[in-house]
Amino acid sequence: MINLIYLTTLLPLLGFLINGLFGRKIKNEKVIGLIGSATIGISFLIVLGAFIQTLGLPIEERSNTVNLFPWLNVGGLQIKFAYLVDQLSLTMSLIVTGVGFLIHVYSIGYMRGDKGFWRFFAYLNLFIFAMMNLVLGDNFVVLFLGWEGVGLCSYLLIGFWYDRKFEKGTTSQAAKKAFVVNRIGDFGFLLGMFLIFMTFDSLNFKEVFARAASFPVAESTFGLIALFLFIGATGKSAQIPLFVWLPDAMAGPTPVSALIHAATMVTAGVYMVSRASIIFASAPVIMTVVAVVGLLTALMAASIGLVQNDIKKVLAYSTVSQLGYMFLAAGVGAFSASIFHVMTHAFFKALLFLGAGSVIHGMYDEQNIQKYGGLKKYMPKTFLTFFIATLAISGVPGLSGFFSKDEILWSAYANGGFVFWLIGAITAMLTAFYMFRLVSLTFYGKERFDHHNVHPHESPALMTVPLIILAVLSVVGGYIGLPKVFFGEHGNLFEGWLEPIYAPAMNKLSLYGEHTHLEEILLMTVSVAAALSAIFFALHVYRKNPQIAENISNKFKGFYNLLLNKYFVDEAYEAAVVQPIQKGSEKFLWKIFDVKFIDGIVNGVASLVENSSGVIRKIQTGIAQSYALIMMAGIALVLLWLILSL
Amino acid sequence: MSLIPMEYYLILSAFMFCVGVAGVLIRRNAIVVFMCIELMLNSANLTLVTFSSYLGNSIGQVFVFFVMTVAAAEAAVGLAIIIAIFRNKKTVNIDEINIFKW
Amino acid sequence: MDQNLLLTYLLLTPIIGSVLVLFFKQEQKQLIRWFGLAISLIAFVISLIIYFGFDQTNSQFQFIHQVTWIKSLNISYHVGVDGISLLLVLLTTFLTPLTLLSTWKAIEKNVKMFTFSMLFLEVGMLGVFISLDIFLFYIFWEAMLIPMYFIIGIWGGERKIYAAVKFFIFTMFGSLLMLVAIIWLAVYASSLLGHFTTNLIELYKVGPTIPHEIQSWMFGAFFLSFAIKVPLFPLHTWLPDAHVEAPTAGSVILAGVLLKMGTYGLIRFCLPLFPQSAVNFAPVISVLAVIGIIYGALVSMVQTDMKKLVAYSSVSHLGFVVLGIFAMTVESVQGAVIQMVNHGLSTGALFLLVGVLYERTHHREISFYGGIAKLVPLYSTVLMIAMLSSIGLPGLNGFIGEFLILIGSFKSAVLNSWWFTIFAASGVIFAAVYMLWMYQRVVFGEVKNEELKHELTDMNLREMIVIVPIFIFIIWIGVYPSTFLKLTEASTQSILQQVGSYTINLFK
Repeated sequence: MINLIYLTTLLPLLGFLINGLFGRKIKNEKVIGLIGSATIGISFLIVLGAFIQTLGLPIEERSNTVNLFPWLNVGGLQIKFAYLVDQLSLTMSLIVTGVGFLIHVYSIGYMRGDKGFWRFFAYLNLFIFAMMNLVLGDNFVVLFLGWEGVGLCSYLLIGFWYDRKFEKGTTSQAAKKAFVVNRIGDFGFLLGMFLIFMTFDSLNFKEVFARAASFPVAESTFGLIALFLFIGATGKSAQIPLFVWLPDAMAGPTPVSALIHAATMVTAGVYMVSRASIIFASAPVIMTVVAVVGLLTALMAASIGLVQNDIKKVLAYSTVSQLGYMFLAAGVGAFSASIFHVMTHAFFKALLFLGAGSVIHGMYDEQNIQKYGGLKKYMPKTFLTFFIATLAISGVPGLSGFFSKDEILWSAYANGGFVFWLIGAITAMLTAFYMFRLVSLTFYGKERFDHHNVHPHESPALMTVPLIILAVLSVVGGYIGLPKVFFGEHGNLFEGWLEPIYAPAMNKLSLYGEHTHLEEILLMTVSVAAALSAIFFALHVYRKNPQIAENISNKFKGFYNLLLNKYFVDEAYEAAVVQPIQKGSEKFLWKIFDVKFIDGIVNGVASLVENSSGVIRKIQTGIAQSYALIMMAGIALVLLWLILSL
Repeated sequence: MSLIPMEYYLILSAFMFCVGVAGVLIRRNAIVVFMCIELMLNSANLTLVTFSSYLGNSIGQVFVFFVMTVAAAEAAVGLAIIIAIFRNKKTVNIDEINIFKW
Repeated sequence: MDQNLLLTYLLLTPIIGSVLVLFFKQEQKQLIRWFGLAISLIAFVISLIIYFGFDQTNSQFQFIHQVTWIKSLNISYHVGVDGISLLLVLLTTFLTPLTLLSTWKAIEKNVKMFTFSMLFLEVGMLGVFISLDIFLFYIFWEAMLIPMYFIIGIWGGERKIYAAVKFFIFTMFGSLLMLVAIIWLAVYASSLLGHFTTNLIELYKVGPTIPHEIQSWMFGAFFLSFAIKVPLFPLHTWLPDAHVEAPTAGSVILAGVLLKMGTYGLIRFCLPLFPQSAVNFAPVISVLAVIGIIYGALVSMVQTDMKKLVAYSSVSHLGFVVLGIFAMTVESVQGAVIQMVNHGLSTGALFLLVGVLYERTHHREISFYGGIAKLVPLYSTVLMIAMLSSIGLPGLNGFIGEFLILIGSFKSAVLNSWWFTIFAASGVIFAAVYMLWMYQRVVFGEVKNEELKHELTDMNLREMIVIVPIFIFIIWIGVYPSTFLKLTEASTQSILQQVGSYTINLFK
């Protein structure tokens, strides 16, 4: 099955081509949906097969390369189009195809009747194609192919309803913003690649990482490479300072938000950092930067999430916040914990988004949670699954989110320090709070919608079945990574599975000082208690006593507005970056420099010639006598000169 | 026979030439200008003859015949042009014939 | 058939064709169009024959055909191709029939003269790429100006005369300097070799031995001429005017092939003839190239006219090519060559597509459009692909060129600084901004303009026939660039070796 891995990209590509080229003619939604989902389903089975096959291999042989064809062979640059099938890429592939398949199925129901149905599935398949290239690529360039490819699909899907309005602008503006901000990140990633190529003379993962472990390379070089790569990651994974696109990306259809902007694409940055763990591990300073940026992002996004009223916006900021967690984990050297969180997050966040989609679907496209309320009885399945996912993300013990989050928090404490843990724990508390605020406002309390026009209803089975499957995964997904403190070294199967990938990085990092089990258990208890109290507080406030929330927001009006307006980051960027560049280009570069200055010089030379010839022209009187006179004068002068020179 | 010194002829010739040049440059009547050109040609002829005679070489005198032929031809063509211009412009005043510029 | 005569046949085909066109009657428009198309297709077939007969491992000129022309000056008709020129010959013969086909409906005025001009233009372009004698090169270089002047001046837009004259004078100015340098070079050669010569292969040995000061002047003259053609910032202002006023076919050929003559000249003449000066001036030129990349992109961003936007984007893309050439690494020069082709394809496609809109509505302003995705879905998709190719999405052609150029310039020993690459790479961001913004305003949103609903129809079969072959190559180069990279590899290596052997050792 490993050798068939190329089918996992080929099939989605095929699906894209069929639906993209002939979808308009096929028209039948069932056929289109079937083609779209089946290609992903089969890919999932192939990945699963490859996974099982790899599990059967001894640890040393678990990393396999599948060569397809030479891509770029120029001078010293030898880049093959090849896939690397190892523990990490298999894990990611399973998430991408597995969650991807469920979301495809869900979309058949969600997108029913949309006039762009075929287009939607074509784009989704193209996305899976790009994403699989991203995770399977055996070198940085194939990774980059996927990297930009997913950015493109994200662009296409955010702007899917290209004629709709979104907030202050249009969906296509949101789409453009996403692509451009991503490109800023890609710029960093490109530079990182160049520097890697210059330093290690290769872009192949295995070669680069082997050389990174053995070559005598200055730490500053590693630092620069890591920094450039991390800039790339901040773009794709929506971290400070490039997180602004993700909330706007919610302009796309909800399954897109679930697949691309929660479960898969946005985790690409985490995957890349974790793939290049050895490079990051060799640059301790940048590791700290990664951790701090992740931490700040997590905290900031969570605080914004507290006050948002759009159901998808809350989830979007929650995604940003959770991604921050993953980077925190990577930054403190807990790479496997970060991938673990990628996985559990993919389950529960996809579930949350799909659940939100189901709610939006049942509420006639209303997204404001202040206009929901009491939906529990109308959509029981959606409610139940959504509630499970909320418990998972809040870190309630026993569900998947708890295991991954706890591992991250513990690593943050052990390798980062108390402050890291504290901020992480506060963020966890905020997360629990805003998620339960969301649940309370949506499913509990008074019904605040207009009963005449809105008749909430449960979604069809095509949509609820994926919800249920994801709910099951959100519960049990964590049990492959049980905490060591309770279950010993063998409890954490997940870490054991990924361990060979990170071995070189771990050799470089000196981690885990002396910490007692007691400490770990104590911290765990504290954070769980904090989360639980936040949950109860949220339930208390938003189910029964909404006036408390109002009082608080009135009391801290300034801070509330700051949060509501997302710290005015968008506005600041607009004023500090976008406007100056645009206005400067238009008013100065084009209209003054280009048209006035450069063209002015050119036209100036032309008119200079014209004017001076206008003057000289006057000599040409047209009277033969004056010509003769000048000739005579000339002759006289020549004669004079001859005579004088004698 | 005491020879008149060559300089006399040459000075006369130079004088005639200058008169011709001045006439060409200054006079406004095309016919006068034309006559002045003839004057210049003849002053040249005089020089040629002078040298021919003093050097005892007949080439100069032969050359004079050529010049006279050309001058005759030139006079014919030139007068024809002047008449043509007069027909068009009703004037032979050079100042008014300034169509040389574009 | 004698192999070595193939290039001459290639050159003769459009010459004979253009002469024959003159015998048609003005009214036989359709016949003239078919005839022009047939001739250009024959030329394409001949160039394919040359491609398949070409030995890719050989870095020497092939298919050489030499006939003495002006004996006393040792000037000869001397043609031949190496990998780089062959690739550009293929680009030329590939684009010419497509542009002729694209004008089927757009050009109604004096079709006979137009077809004649296009074929004549093809002669000039092919001649430039295959000449191995600088004198011959110069003649083709100048000859090509004349048909282009008429194409802009007769079939152009409102300010066509201004644009045509500006184009002509800019280019002419540079060419004259080049002519002086050519003569100087040939005279210098005569003092060294004992005979006057304009044979490029002989001059390759003479050029590098010229003392530094003189070499700098000659290099400067050649460079200026090519830089105007490229066009390199700040000599680019003729380009937007010429592009905007030219008819679609003119813009396509102008962007697709004519600009490449400048960059081709840099590779063929500036580097190998004057290696020391090229290395000396490389940093300065690269600074201009990088400014051009960013400047072109920024100015492009704020354009209100679609054609002008694409024109300024050319300034940006060609900046990449120049940077690649003067970084003088195998990767970057190979990237520059492939980027020349890429730019020809993707910008050509963009001009064709703007032309498609213009043909229907006679408007080029971005603000006139909006929401056309609903009206012309096929067109919108096609425009999207062309746009993505232009902004260098991996998997399409643009990425290959830009990536190679950037990675090559990053490790370039000649430039010896990362800043060139860092600034140049930021062009990648701006490219996304201006293209996506334009796309968003033209294609997405609501249909603002009622007029559009009546006038706009989707791509027809003929237009698809024009655009699909371009797309095939856009994807081909993106996915499997080896086909093209192999073709130019040996030649690139040999040019860089020529440079390297006379300067510092650039190759480890």
